[in-house]
Amino acid sequence: MSAVVHDHDHPHGYGHDHAHDDHHGPRKGLMRWVTTTNHKDIGTLYLWFSFAMFSIGGLMAVGIRLELFSPGLQYMDPDFFNQLTTMHGLIMVFGAIMPVFVGFANWQIPMMIGAPDMAFARLNNWSFWLLPFAATLLVLSFFMPGGAPGVGWTLYAPLTVQMGIGMDLTIFAVHILGMSSILGSINIITTILNMRAPGMTLMKMPLFVWTWLITAYLLVAAMPVLAGAVTMTLTDRHFGTTFFNAAGGGDPVLYQHIFWFFGHPEVYIIALPGFGVISQVIPAFSRKPLFGYASMVYATSAIAIISFIVWAHHMYTVGMPVTGQLFFMYATMIIAVPTGVKVFNWVATMWKGSLTFETPMLFACGFLFMFTLGGFTGLVLAIVPIDIQMHDTYYVVAHFHYVMVAGALFAAFAGVYFWLPKWTGRMYNETLGKWHFWLTLIFFNMIFFVQHFLGMAGMPRRIPDYPLMFETWNKISSIGAFGMGLAQLLFLYVVVQTIRKGEPAPQRPWEGADSLEWTHLPTPVPYHTFETQPVVK
Amino acid sequence: MKGSNLVSLTAGLWAALAAGAAHAVAWYFQSPASRMAETIDWLHQVIMWIILVIFVGVFGVMFCACFAHRKSVGHKAAQFHENTTVELLWTVIPAIVLVVIAWPVTKVVIAQKDTSAPDVTIKVTGYQWKWGYDYLRGEGEGISFVSTLATPREQIEGTAPKGENYLLEVDNELVVPVGKKIRVITTAADVIHAWWIPAFGAKQDAIPGFLRDTWFRAEQEGTFRGQCTELCGKEHGYMPIVVRAVKPDEYTKWVAQHQPKAAAKVAASAAPAAAAPAAAADDTKPLPVAELVSRGEKVYTANCVACHQATGKGLEAMKAPALAGNKVVTGSKQEPIDTVLNGRPNTAMQPFKQLSDAEIAAVLTYVRSSWGNKASDVQPAEVKARRK
Repeated sequence: MSAVVHDHDHPHGYGHDHAHDDHHGPRKGLMRWVTTTNHKDIGTLYLWFSFAMFSIGGLMAVGIRLELFSPGLQYMDPDFFNQLTTMHGLIMVFGAIMPVFVGFANWQIPMMIGAPDMAFARLNNWSFWLLPFAATLLVLSFFMPGGAPGVGWTLYAPLTVQMGIGMDLTIFAVHILGMSSILGSINIITTILNMRAPGMTLMKMPLFVWTWLITAYLLVAAMPVLAGAVTMTLTDRHFGTTFFNAAGGGDPVLYQHIFWFFGHPEVYIIALPGFGVISQVIPAFSRKPLFGYASMVYATSAIAIISFIVWAHHMYTVGMPVTGQLFFMYATMIIAVPTGVKVFNWVATMWKGSLTFETPMLFACGFLFMFTLGGFTGLVLAIVPIDIQMHDTYYVVAHFHYVMVAGALFAAFAGVYFWLPKWTGRMYNETLGKWHFWLTLIFFNMIFFVQHFLGMAGMPRRIPDYPLMFETWNKISSIGAFGMGLAQLLFLYVVVQTIRKGEPAPQRPWEGADSLEWTHLPTPVPYHTFETQPVVK
Repeated sequence: MKGSNLVSLTAGLWAALAAGAAHAVAWYFQSPASRMAETIDWLHQVIMWIILVIFVGVFGVMFCACFAHRKSVGHKAAQFHENTTVELLWTVIPAIVLVVIAWPVTKVVIAQKDTSAPDVTIKVTGYQWKWGYDYLRGEGEGISFVSTLATPREQIEGTAPKGENYLLEVDNELVVPVGKKIRVITTAADVIHAWWIPAFGAKQDAIPGFLRDTWFRAEQEGTFRGQCTELCGKEHGYMPIVVRAVKPDEYTKWVAQHQPKAAAKVAASAAPAAAAPAAAADDTKPLPVAELVSRGEKVYTANCVACHQATGKGLEAMKAPALAGNKVVTGSKQEPIDTVLNGRPNTAMQPFKQLSDAEIAAVLTYVRSSWGNKASDVQPAEVKARRK
């Protein structure tokens, strides 16, 4: 790899002729964040925004688990409970998990491909600043007459037609979130395809960049479909259309088809960037190149393509024809093949490596182990007759939290600990990081492993109260939820402590890490990087 | 013991943890009461064994690497990064395993969908929040009733100890004969619900405006309990399904007891004088106000309280208006009677035609004279006059 790019580090004399200083640092104060077009600033905004949403969504989860600690109604009426489950899902999916990976994309993609910034810098600012407005709409819906919609994050019609004005706020929030995602994706695709450093061919890109390229295409294809579904709901609610009402020639199941045509790719929109992070972390701490790089790229693409033809496996109980059920079952089972390839590749990367287990690697191993458990229960649920028994029970809740939390969230934690030294110039406290990992791992399994039992024994999801035979597991699950919530305060403490007084980090704190941000850029990374592109050999 | 050993072991550990719990710990499928549920259980175990093998293989290798190939034990990293043979093998072998799984599963899917040649056909209608049952064909044809949660409100709110079948008990159970194929046709009046009896392995969404079907055949007598499994609004957690499977001769007796009642309703609407004795309790003779009010309160608690609330103040989330101080409620009797009989389109207020004239008269009298409302009583004959 070529020469180290030096930073244009002029002394910060801003008194004169600011406009002509091409190499200035950030503005001071709040306006820096409002007006910024710098990919690093915007990445930081995304990351803090998603942490804020993660906290709000997490509080809602604690509220849900509090009510479910005992049978009977203790703390809230069933309607408010439904509002919590709905908003917990929407906020976690659209507010926490999606933005956190866009934050990673903003920080990392330009640095990893040797580009000075994102392709559309102003658009980048706009795609972030749409989010707080959408989030505000979501949270405001709680204070509308009738409260937030209590319909589940899937927003199934025709229940949505019965809801109050909070439903309309939610629909607009989804529109805005979708716009933000599409704008962000166009930016990411353009950046990756046009701004790679000389010599950085597609098949030399770090896998994280590859997974984001594919994810961005998924977003561009899937988000408009969701926007269509919620717009049809809106017109059914207010403008006399009957898309989802049989009395007017519509069909409630149509909504589900449209929603899940978005919803299943969405699962991979959430998972793929996480796969990318893991594919950076595991080789770094194994001190060994990623096994099967090319097959990883092909497997990721295969997963993305197949994800568009499996949507109706979320709908086995709506009464599809038998041929439909069989088609979607076979297609779903096929996804296990490329997913298996990825898991095997990660394990093969670790095999005969020289392993160390710093916090990022612990989270990566936790991801690998538990995401695969989520994959196994996914295979169980792909089987139509078994799914018909498990559909809309706590087994499904357990399954997708293994994929979303132990998969995506653990990957995000791995990424934060991995890149935090590069971003802040300081090392985090390794002991506390490890505590954070182990507490999260234990409490996570306490919450969700037992939910498999609840689902098999017959507990439906989205109920505020339950028969007595489910009490034991629900108690364990609730205690786990309180613990996991507290453990995230430790995470916040670790990050803040790193930023404020962590030990200075070297340029390359991880000896196995070899992408451009480690080999070519100092720590902490300067405000502007790669103004002259490096040459990749 | 049907559960796989692995699962039993794990569950055993957890059960030990839970020793203090007052109630038996459920952790696996409910014991199957139909061939289909047994087959599902069997399929699940087959898949779990395959998964166990893969699990041990993959994580065996991973944990080996975690112990043997650590830097701290001085392991030097190899630098290999691809191997076409290995990569082909671990693509092709899982694909073959999947085909092997798919074969038996396909047969089960086809069997599960085969609702032909039923002995009894029952239409199940989901309402917010109760189930309506209509026996359409076969023995019992013409029987029709509504089934609502029987657990008293006090148990839910914690002011009374919870009973054994808390949230899993209803006023009218669905009764079916053992060993007969029952076809269940589902639909709904308002939003999507889902009808599920875990012990039969039968679950089917109930979709407003459409008919969908599934089937089951109970292999043993007993009472089998399930719950609605599609979020259908506020009281989603409070609309259980209870099926009582009885011997065929007992079923015949049950039908004999209940069919006249159904027949009588039909007859009664054609010729009032022909009302059968079973329906006598609900005929149109005038009732004293006190009786109407006390009976009305019960009807209100069973049917109306979820939305309109015990205080009569209504619930904005359900677009349920307050009944207390409501001019429509306390005004002329006609509109309240019509609303209860026919419902209000595009709201959760559905038709309550299935209630008897006396029940509707009672609940309206109760509503018109509670929470500060002071309007005249409604008599069964007045309700009858508005029925179409």
